[in-house]
Amino acid sequence: MFYGDFQAIKEVTIAVPARRITALIGPSGCGKSSFLRCLNRMNDVIEGARVEGDVLLDGRNIYDSRTDVVELRKRVGMVFQRPNPFPVSIYANVAYGPRLHGIPDRSRLDAIVEKSLRAAALWDEVKDKLRQTATELSGGQQQRLCIARVLAVEPEVVLMDEPCSALDPTATFRIEELMTELMADYTIIIVTHNMYQASRVSQFTGFFLLGELIEYDHTPKIFENPQDQRTDDYVRGRFG
Amino acid sequence: MMLFSAQRTEKLAFAALWASAAIVVLPVLGIIAVMLYRGASGLSWGLLFGAREGLLPAIVGTVLLVSLTALIAAPLGVAAAVYLNEYARAGPLVRLIRLAIVNLAGVPSVVYGLFGLALFVTLFHFGRSLLAGSCTLALLVLPLIISTSEEALRQVPQGLRHASLGLGASQWQTVRRVVLPNALPGIITGLILSISRAAGETAPILFTAAFYSLTSPLPKSVFDPILVLPYQLFVMATEVPNVPESTKWATALVLVVVVLGINLFAIVLRARLRGSRRW
Repeated sequence: MFYGDFQAIKEVTIAVPARRITALIGPSGCGKSSFLRCLNRMNDVIEGARVEGDVLLDGRNIYDSRTDVVELRKRVGMVFQRPNPFPVSIYANVAYGPRLHGIPDRSRLDAIVEKSLRAAALWDEVKDKLRQTATELSGGQQQRLCIARVLAVEPEVVLMDEPCSALDPTATFRIEELMTELMADYTIIIVTHNMYQASRVSQFTGFFLLGELIEYDHTPKIFENPQDQRTDDYVRGRFG
Repeated sequence: MMLFSAQRTEKLAFAALWASAAIVVLPVLGIIAVMLYRGASGLSWGLLFGAREGLLPAIVGTVLLVSLTALIAAPLGVAAAVYLNEYARAGPLVRLIRLAIVNLAGVPSVVYGLFGLALFVTLFHFGRSLLAGSCTLALLVLPLIISTSEEALRQVPQGLRHASLGLGASQWQTVRRVVLPNALPGIITGLILSISRAAGETAPILFTAAFYSLTSPLPKSVFDPILVLPYQLFVMATEVPNVPESTKWATALVLVVVVLGINLFAIVLRARLRGSRRW
């Protein structure tokens, strides 16, 4: 994976298990976010970005020229670092995806919106103000709204790019709780530079350094008994 | 003791900035005051609606000209801005287009007039007409529309585009449902500026649309020439003898009021669009 001539990620091979939470950790600039964006081809929209190699989803290469990127992004949703709700009503935010994919029918939309907001643990807080502008919500609520918006298109995989880095500890805790609940139905990959978060929520952890995947294993193993000295140094807080 | 303490420089800076703002406002107030003072006595029912020298046909002509200009230039300009800002990838072609736009913005308006005469009036056989004039004015305001629209598009946070794309929206769906609605107020502000500029221009329509007549009919189709206020004023002031001073000033006043009226209409429209952004 390159930005212009700069190679941001070097030969990463990783097998992500379904319906588990996989955390990608590493210091800033190590390529973990770039790698995450490879997985739903969001790098396509970045000028000068280029990817070599294969990413297989159910055995099919998403970088194949026959892949429908729009279809791919429906199956692989993404939650971004900063909450980015559209400046419209809460309802319209969640309904955006389903409407896009051709569900105009009001009652079905109502059902999807409620289901998604419930799944994102936001329904009770907003059920009486669905028409209110989403940007008036708190940061943590906005981020859960963004998660609800992703769930509304019924993806199989949810990518989360440091979803809590702009949130306070309470909101972070809510999101972490939520991820654990979502694990039953979704494959979640989360990028974080908060090691404690990785150890709290994930079952598998990959450690990135300077564009390379140094080590990838069960989360307890990475944190308690890493094989690589660099991983050991990082998780013990010796650098990064 | 320091000669210029922070407090004193703060006061000085404030005074200087305030004075600059005031100086900008003064000419506007001055122009309006002078026109009111000298033209108010010339305003009359006859001047506006009189059968012979009434300004009504010129007012209608100006409104028609400006509306048609907006109709031609707005879709073209906004579409070009969307292409440049949302689709085009940096490269020599885009650099060339931008260079062309910047240069177009610097071309004197009389050159547009001559170009319009050669292209629309003569080559396309539009004749001296409402259509030819609108096309010419559209060319004149295009660079302005494109650059203000681009600015408005740039103001739309990148995160919103990514959110939309990440939900499986195509580029066009993202543009139509997220980017354009959010950029609309800015785009319309640019349109207002451009259109009021077009409303007051004389040189571009001199050879392409305007004519002067005392028995002035309204145009029957877009291929008819039209009476327009700026040209009316221009001829009145330079070529027609014995027009009372107050009539000229009154005409100028009417022109300014019409331009302001068009602006006001557009501002109200924008306010309504802002209020109804519930997609």
